[in-house]
Amino acid sequence: MGIVQGDQMILNIGPQHPSTHGVLRLEVRTDGEIVSEIKPHLGYLHRCFEKHSENVTYEQVIPFTDRCDYLASMNSNFGYVVAMEELMEIKVPERVDYIRIIMGELNRIASHLLALGVYGLDIGAFTPFLYMFRDRERILDMFELTCGARLLYNYMWVGGVSHDLPKDFEKICIGFLDYFEPQIKEYNNLLTYNKIFIERTADVGVIPADVAVSYGVTGPNLRGSGVKWDVRKDEPYSIYDRFEFDIPVGEGQFGTLGDCFDRYWVRMLEISQSVKILRQALKDIPDGNVHQALPKKIRPPKGSVYRRTESPRGDLGYYIVSDGTPVPYRVKMRSPAFTALSCLDEVSRGWMISDVIAILGSLDIVLGEIDR
Amino acid sequence: MATIIKSYEPTFWDKLYFPALLKGLMVTIKHFFRQKVTIQYPDERHIPPDGYRGLHRLNKYPDERIKCVACEMCAAACPSNCISIIPGPSPWDDGKERYPVRFDINLLRCIYCGFCEMACPEGAIELTEIYDFSNYSRDDLVIDKDGLLGVYELTKKQNYYTKKSHSPASLPFKTERT
Repeated sequence: MGIVQGDQMILNIGPQHPSTHGVLRLEVRTDGEIVSEIKPHLGYLHRCFEKHSENVTYEQVIPFTDRCDYLASMNSNFGYVVAMEELMEIKVPERVDYIRIIMGELNRIASHLLALGVYGLDIGAFTPFLYMFRDRERILDMFELTCGARLLYNYMWVGGVSHDLPKDFEKICIGFLDYFEPQIKEYNNLLTYNKIFIERTADVGVIPADVAVSYGVTGPNLRGSGVKWDVRKDEPYSIYDRFEFDIPVGEGQFGTLGDCFDRYWVRMLEISQSVKILRQALKDIPDGNVHQALPKKIRPPKGSVYRRTESPRGDLGYYIVSDGTPVPYRVKMRSPAFTALSCLDEVSRGWMISDVIAILGSLDIVLGEIDR
Repeated sequence: MATIIKSYEPTFWDKLYFPALLKGLMVTIKHFFRQKVTIQYPDERHIPPDGYRGLHRLNKYPDERIKCVACEMCAAACPSNCISIIPGPSPWDDGKERYPVRFDINLLRCIYCGFCEMACPEGAIELTEIYDFSNYSRDDLVIDKDGLLGVYELTKKQNYYTKKSHSPASLPFKTERT
């Protein structure tokens, strides 16, 4: 950080700080309350995902992808299996595609609920956090019913899913959606349109579109800056091209385009879009066998594949190199939260320390995925 | 830094913040009279559905023979190498040659992914619904064959958490402090 001059002070936020969303340490150079530089220190949660993957078989990588983005494990699994299927040229049954999309979207709702709730908590609103966790709990109950785990699912396998849906899943899921949709209005009343919340987030931490693109920021953070880019629409994978949904983008409702409020608001709108996808998927889901396309032994042909998918945090990519053995030669994961964190320094310069917390919360980072 | 365009300017009434507080409080008060969603954990327990991935068990046939044939498929499928098996010749005359002399699972290494039960050709190893098996020492969390068979006895008839007498003390391995 160089020489500390005059009134400047180096302040450490984290690693054990509730607002760093995990074990992240921010080395902040401040002048009074004003932040002039931020240096994030990563690696506290490093578990050697990529090196580890080179020592286990292809299917054994799946539980480790769970543990990268632990708030959206289904989407992490989804990205990996879609990449593997592209490499092995497997066509999965329709039912599997539908189940995956249902699970992926449910997990997107759960992840966004956590992001928004915890964001409120960072800003100082405690109640929405409890209400959002209450509803997230119902999604986790559905996952528990389907695959037996509440957080680290290991549900999607190459060529299928581990368990078929339980027999009354559709009814439970529709019941949840009917209950959940009015709740969004309540969250808005409680948090979104709260004047205190708006003043804390509007005009704060603006990421202009060009900065976002140059840093490789993706997902709701990029869409909050007004760039309409969603892998589900622009580069459809699985069967996302069959569903009708909009891509919400930030509009600068209460201030500048690309501020914290826009990123928050894009997530809130995305929840409604996920509900829309879920209703379509639950209506059309065909019958069939979910284990039909599961290969006995996973031994992909020589070659490599890069496949990106839209996780709740953005563009999640897997680069898999195969040398023809049952063990991957290389697995690289492109983490959306990592790129989101990389722009923190530029975005938060000139803001106050309390705003840094607001900016960091609005980026919705997951340290498990950043450190891997 | 981006140029900031102030399009939202709070009025005097907004700046009081009191109406905003009251509006939020209205929603909260409405919730006060609704049904509770929390459970009082140690007294009431969450009952996991069938297929929950918790503590392991080793299944037996009705005549007390162990289903496991010590093929070590589960150990091979395990991503975290938590299963160790020592095979031996089977003591029963049932056409199966091997049976596990030792069958240890390190519960601290286990990631509860469920690959072992999927890999097992005999349906011998299974994950049960038991989730509260915390312990005082690391050594006590490496459970052996007797422990795994004891878990089978505990869970074969009904869900562990619907029993009246469920408690960590009833688990078939040491759970007290020494």
